[in-house]
Amino acid sequence: MSSDVRFTDFKSDKQPTWCPGCGDFGTMNGMMKALAETGNDPDNTFVVAGIGCSGKIGTYMHSYALHGVHGRALPVGTGVKMARPDVEVMVAGGDGDGYSIGAGHFVHAVRRNVDMTYVVMDNRIYGLTKGQASPTSREDFETATTPEGPKQPPVNPHALALASGATFIAQSFSSDALRHQEIIQEAVEHDGFGFVNVYSPCVTFNDVDTYDYFRDSLVDLAEADHDPADYDAAKDVILDSDKEYQGVIYRDEESVPYHEQHGVDEDMSDIPDGAPENATDLVREFY
Amino acid sequence: MAADFNWAVGGEAGDGIDSTGKIFAQALSRSGRHVFTSKDFASRIRGGYTAYKVRTSVDKVQSVVDRLDVLIALTPRTIEENLEELHEGSVIIYDGERTTMQNVEIPEGMIGIDVPLKRLAEEAGGAIMRNVVALGAACEVAEFPIENLDSALEKRFGDKGQKLVDNNKEAARAGRSYVAEEYDAEFEYDLETTDEDYVLLNGDEAIGMGAIAAGCRFYSGYPITPATDVMTYLTGRLERYGGHVVQAEDELSAINMALGAARGGARAMTATSGPGIDLMTETFGLVATSETPLVICNVMRSGPSTGMPTKQEQGDLNHMLYGGHGEVPRFVLAPTTVDECFWKTVEAFNLAEKYQIPVYLTADLSMAVTEQTFSPDTFDMDAVEVDRGFVVDDASVEDHLSESGGFQPHELTEDGISPRAFPGTVDGAHMSTGLEHDEQGRRTEDTEMRVEQVDKRNRKVETATDREDWSPREFGDAEAETLVITWGSNEGALAEALDLLEDDGIDIRVLSVPYVFPRPDLSDAIEAADETIVVECNETGQFANLVERDALVRVDRINKYDGVRFKADELAREIRASLETGTEATQ
Repeated sequence: MSSDVRFTDFKSDKQPTWCPGCGDFGTMNGMMKALAETGNDPDNTFVVAGIGCSGKIGTYMHSYALHGVHGRALPVGTGVKMARPDVEVMVAGGDGDGYSIGAGHFVHAVRRNVDMTYVVMDNRIYGLTKGQASPTSREDFETATTPEGPKQPPVNPHALALASGATFIAQSFSSDALRHQEIIQEAVEHDGFGFVNVYSPCVTFNDVDTYDYFRDSLVDLAEADHDPADYDAAKDVILDSDKEYQGVIYRDEESVPYHEQHGVDEDMSDIPDGAPENATDLVREFY
Repeated sequence: MAADFNWAVGGEAGDGIDSTGKIFAQALSRSGRHVFTSKDFASRIRGGYTAYKVRTSVDKVQSVVDRLDVLIALTPRTIEENLEELHEGSVIIYDGERTTMQNVEIPEGMIGIDVPLKRLAEEAGGAIMRNVVALGAACEVAEFPIENLDSALEKRFGDKGQKLVDNNKEAARAGRSYVAEEYDAEFEYDLETTDEDYVLLNGDEAIGMGAIAAGCRFYSGYPITPATDVMTYLTGRLERYGGHVVQAEDELSAINMALGAARGGARAMTATSGPGIDLMTETFGLVATSETPLVICNVMRSGPSTGMPTKQEQGDLNHMLYGGHGEVPRFVLAPTTVDECFWKTVEAFNLAEKYQIPVYLTADLSMAVTEQTFSPDTFDMDAVEVDRGFVVDDASVEDHLSESGGFQPHELTEDGISPRAFPGTVDGAHMSTGLEHDEQGRRTEDTEMRVEQVDKRNRKVETATDREDWSPREFGDAEAETLVITWGSNEGALAEALDLLEDDGIDIRVLSVPYVFPRPDLSDAIEAADETIVVECNETGQFANLVERDALVRVDRINKYDGVRFKADELAREIRASLETGTEATQ
């Protein structure tokens, strides 16, 4: 479409029902700005969302979108992108959607390296069901279903991604609007699967992983002499559980996205009125 | 019908049984004979036994029968497994030099042909060709010109080099000569050839070919018996026609990928079997309520749970009709023959897009793995029509915008069918969701809109019922007092049973139903008959229950759930017995 697309064009006329102060507002704004900034418009963008507070994002954004079943947003995005390489695909979900019920799909989406962006709004809690432990909750985080804490280590999504062969791994913070947008933008521009875990605090049910906590503890990799092309350096950042980071942690400059690996580059929505040309060859094979 | 000939090769899994059988079937097909194949995967005694069976005639064959004329037995168990089907004069070809076959006893009245398969194969270039030696021996017994076998060997081994083809031809001739020299007996078989051209394919392949013909561009699946062949067939071929096949990490992912591709505007399909359908049911409701056109192919096998994965059953009908929480319409198509697998696949894609609805396309194991011959004209690609339904473009989209300018993919229309906009269509951006939604696809819990959207979705079924042809296939005597109704792959056996019953002076009318939902109203036919029998491969009579409910009558049932398909002669016996015991039906 036109070059004068503004990020507000990606806003729908539905008012978000997220709690006032929810990190998801900032996360969504950054997504919309990154999409507009990278030359996309609502008519060539497809947003896929899962279930949970994060899953509502498709409703509040304006684009082609699908709000799917819990945990299966990545396969949907994969199908859209394979059928429509010309369309910009962004998948959004929460920590429960991505690392619990959808963890299996996360691993395989990373391996496939389909050229799309995956934004996980990580608040380390189940918000929509009113405060149960999530896969990224701390070991001692007390909730109604885990009165003494989960007593299990939280999932390290970046480590999971790295072990699965990720080509782009990043971390952002919804409240640091500028950096968050920049990081999402880099993920969109990456040739392959751009994975961004976003600290997106829940102000209602998580009184541990708060805005203040992240503000005080975040180290920006852009200011820390970190080279995202350095696999070992990325590994060290990912396995360092003493600090919280933001920035692009790892980027494989040699990344070859799925559609190039497999030669999937046609718009599959365009088909003839009858059987394809040379379809009779298929019958002859059975002689 | 001209005399038929029934042949089998059997042994342990890993003996190359499938490949050997396929070569013989191909040779028969290429000599202008009709072929119908079946496979025994597992033992009635214990695992390991496998057999490939071929029935052939110059006339069309549509079923297996309880008779075996020539058996290549690589193991003693192969003979044991087939005792009931072997008869006086049946020929058993075996290798008496094989340790396990040394003391084998040929049942009385049958003719044992002892051929040193392995030794002759080694002389021709390698022990691996022993099954081909046996094929040569079978050609001599059946008086089938060995040149026809050559052609099949070329097709099978051609891409591995001429040397291998030549060795195999030599191995086949060694088998033939050995029988000609050592056994002076006159065999009663004479497999004549014709000038007809046939193609040989199974139900899974017909579904795959139908998908490509229909313009399917995206296939995602997870391997599962007996649906894997659909995926294997499409892999590489779909790519030749601009599409792509993805092996997903599980069936949950497979159906979601296909859903994504369909939302992108591609014709998309996934195929699986019962356990996969269970998983896909999670996403089924989303597909249906978001009004996404999708073809979900279910190649049924014996359940529940892992059940008998390589055995026949038609037990998933209730699941396809009712599976999933809440209420939402879907179509269920059930092709009844291998060639219809092709045409019903094409139809499934058109119905899915015209009515923006998920379509279950269901075959069963017997049909999926049966290789059958057809005239190539049966699959006339020029007759394939693609109807994409109500799709808007940049120009027409403006007729379907809300007052505030939003596109309305769930517009309330008289026929229930709303406009579709593919991504990229200017001003067509919209939301699809599993939540109840308004015309724009936005979440709503408004009581009126809820009812209107439910009614709209159901209206599509009424529209389709009116606009499309849901007729059953009819054969037999239209005036007969006995009506036999069936669905799925039983049609072939029933068609042949009809001839057998006719020979006994019993006339029946047969309705073979390829549409489970929507389905034809059979009330008049049932009313006109004195007795109605519903034939199906399950225990509870899932289709019979539907028929009873539709027509408000009781019907008789013939159910088979031992994992083996109906055979023509067996079915004739069952129908005869059912008629003798009299009807329990009350009108």
